[in-house]
Amino acid sequence: MEILLQQIINGLVLGSMYALVALGYTMVYGIINLINFAHGEVLMVGALTSWTIISLMQSSMPGTPGWIILIIAMLISCVVAAALNFVIEKVAYRPLRNSPKLAPMLTAMGMSILLQTLAMIIWKPNYKPYPTLLPSAPFNIGGAVITPTQIMILGLTAVSLAALMYLVNHTKLGRAMRATAENPRVAALMGVKPDMVISATFIIGAVLATIAGMMYASNYGTVQHTMGFLPGLKAFTAAVFGGIGNLAGAVVGGILLGLIESIGSGYIGALTGGLLGSHYSDIFAFIVLIFVLTLRPSGLLGERVADRA
Amino acid sequence: MKQNKTVVFLASAAALLILPLILQGFGNAWVRIADMALLYVLLALGLNIVVGYAGLLDLGYVAFFAVGAYMYGLLASPHLTDTFPALAAMFPNGLHMPLWVIIPAGAGLAGLFGMLLGAPTLKLRGDYLAIVTLGFGEIIRVFMNNLDHPVNITNGPKGLNQIDAIRFFGIDLGKPLSVGGFELSSVSLYYYLFLALVVISVVISHRLQVSRIGRAWMAIREDEIAAKAMGINTRNMKLLAFGMGATFGGVSGVMFGSFQGFVSPESFSLMESVMIVAMVVLGGIGHLPGVILGAVLLSALPEVLRYVAGPLQAMTDGRLDSAILRQLLIALAMIVVMLMRPRGLWPAPEHGKSLQGK
Repeated sequence: MEILLQQIINGLVLGSMYALVALGYTMVYGIINLINFAHGEVLMVGALTSWTIISLMQSSMPGTPGWIILIIAMLISCVVAAALNFVIEKVAYRPLRNSPKLAPMLTAMGMSILLQTLAMIIWKPNYKPYPTLLPSAPFNIGGAVITPTQIMILGLTAVSLAALMYLVNHTKLGRAMRATAENPRVAALMGVKPDMVISATFIIGAVLATIAGMMYASNYGTVQHTMGFLPGLKAFTAAVFGGIGNLAGAVVGGILLGLIESIGSGYIGALTGGLLGSHYSDIFAFIVLIFVLTLRPSGLLGERVADRA
Repeated sequence: MKQNKTVVFLASAAALLILPLILQGFGNAWVRIADMALLYVLLALGLNIVVGYAGLLDLGYVAFFAVGAYMYGLLASPHLTDTFPALAAMFPNGLHMPLWVIIPAGAGLAGLFGMLLGAPTLKLRGDYLAIVTLGFGEIIRVFMNNLDHPVNITNGPKGLNQIDAIRFFGIDLGKPLSVGGFELSSVSLYYYLFLALVVISVVISHRLQVSRIGRAWMAIREDEIAAKAMGINTRNMKLLAFGMGATFGGVSGVMFGSFQGFVSPESFSLMESVMIVAMVVLGGIGHLPGVILGAVLLSALPEVLRYVAGPLQAMTDGRLDSAILRQLLIALAMIVVMLMRPRGLWPAPEHGKSLQGK
C-alpha cells in the first residue's frame, strides 16, 4: 500500500512535468499543425540557463535564500527560452507556413539537433549536478515520502495551469488564439493578426517548458544537453494520448502518463516474477499510446475530425 | 537526345564501378564512406516507399534496420551457441548460416514487423502515425538493450560481435581478393555488393512506382478518401507499403551487420531514423534521383568534412570535435535546405508540368 501511495506521488510529480511540456506541443499543433520537435530542446536550454544563473548567484552572493535564487533564475531562464523559441519560430517555421507539411517538420528536427549540439558546445557534454535550493527533509504521508521540491513542483504546476487557463479563456489574446486554432483565415478576417498569435503561442510554450525543465532538473538533480529528449518525447506522447490540439487533453494525458509510468515500473517486476525490470519503464508510455490510439484514434479527449490524410 | 542519355548513363555506370579502385588508393577509410553512403541509399529507398509513395510518415524506420542487423548478428556469430549449449550441440562448427538463408529471413522478419506495426496504426492520421512509429522504434531499442537477461538473447548494450563476413560462391568479403594481380580490399568488395543491391532496389522502386500498386499508393497519398472511392483497398495497400519498406530496411540491416562485424543498440537510435527521413525529404520526396542524392549528400558529405575538422578543433580547444561538427552540419543542412527548397533539392516534376517541357 505504501508502495502504491509512493508511486502515485512520484507519478503525479512526473505527470505534472509532462503536462506542462505537453501543453506547449498541443498549443503549437492546434494553431499551425506542426509537431515542434525542438520543444524538448527549449526545455533543456531553459534548464541549463537556470543552472548557469544559479551557480553564478551562489558564488557571487553567498547567503541568499534558496527560494529567491530559484525565482530569479526562473524569471531569467523563462525570458531566455521565450526569446529562443520566438526566434526559432520566426527563422525556421514562419517562412515555411504554406509549404508541404514535411518541410517545417524537418526544420524542426534540424533545430532540435542544432540546439542540442550548440548546448553541448556551450555547456560541455558532462552531467552537471543541479543544486538543491529548497530544504531537503522529506515529509511523511501515510508511509510515503514527499520532498519539498516535489511539493513545489505540484504547486507550481497548479499555478501555471490556472494562469494558462485564465489566459486562454478570459483574455483577448486567448480568444485570438482560440479563433486562430479554429480557422486561421476567418480569424484573420476578423482582425486577428495570426503572426502575433503564433509568436505568443511559442513564447507561452517556452515559458511552460522552462518551468518544467527546472522542475525536472531539481527533481533528478542533474542537467545535461540531452536532458530534453526523453521528456520531450514523452510529453508529445502525452499530448497525442489526450488528443492533440486540446489543452485539457494535454494535462490529462500528461498526468495519466506519469501515473501509468510510475505505477507500472513499480509493479512490473513483481507482476512478471522478476522477468522484466523497471528499466522497461520507458516503453510503457508507447505501449499505452498504441493501445489508446487503436481504440480511439483521436486521443482521449480529442474530437473526431475528418481524415485529411 | 536519346543517345546523349545513354552516354551519360554509361559514363556514370563506369564511374561508379571505378570509384572504389580510385578511393582505395587514398585509403580504405574513403571506401568505407562510400560503402556507408550506399547503405544509406538503400535505406532511403526503402523509406521512400513508405513516406514518398504512400505518404505514411514513419519515424521508427531504423527499427527494421535493427531487426535485419540483429537477425544476421544472431545467426552468424558465436553468441547464440555460446549461450545455449543445446544449440552448440546441434551446430558443432558454430552457427554460420549462409547468406541465402539470412537475407530472406531478415527481409521476411522485418517485413512481418512492418505489417505488425502497420496493422494497428492504419486508422491513424499522419501525425499520430509519426509518433506511434517513433514509439515503436524506441520499444525495439529498449528491448535490444535489455534482452540480455533473464535469457541472454541480444547481449544488451554490449551488442553482438564477431559476426561473420558475407561469403558467397567461395568469395569471402571479409578478406581482400586479388584479381589478376590487382588487390581488391574487403571494403571495395562490399562496395560492389552494396552497389548491386542499390541497383536492384532502384529497379524495384521504379517498377513499383509506375505499376498499379505504385499508382494506388500515390492516390492514397494525395487523398485517401478519394482513393477509397475509386475502389482501392487502402488498408491492404498501406500494409503492403509498410511491409515493402520494412523489407528494404531488413536487407540493409543484414548488410550493415556483416559489414561492421558488430551490432549494438547504439547504432539504431532515433537520430538514425531522423537522418533517413531527412535524406528522403531533403533529396526530393517520392523522386528516386532526389532520394539517392539526399542519401549520398547527408551521409558522405559530413564524413568527408570530418577530415578538415582538425584545424577547427585546434582553434576551439577541442570543443568542436569531428562528431560534433558532423551533427552541426547535418542540422544546418536540414534547416537551410528546407528553407531554400521546401520541396527538396531535386523534387519530382509537378503533375502536368512535365508535359510542357517536351
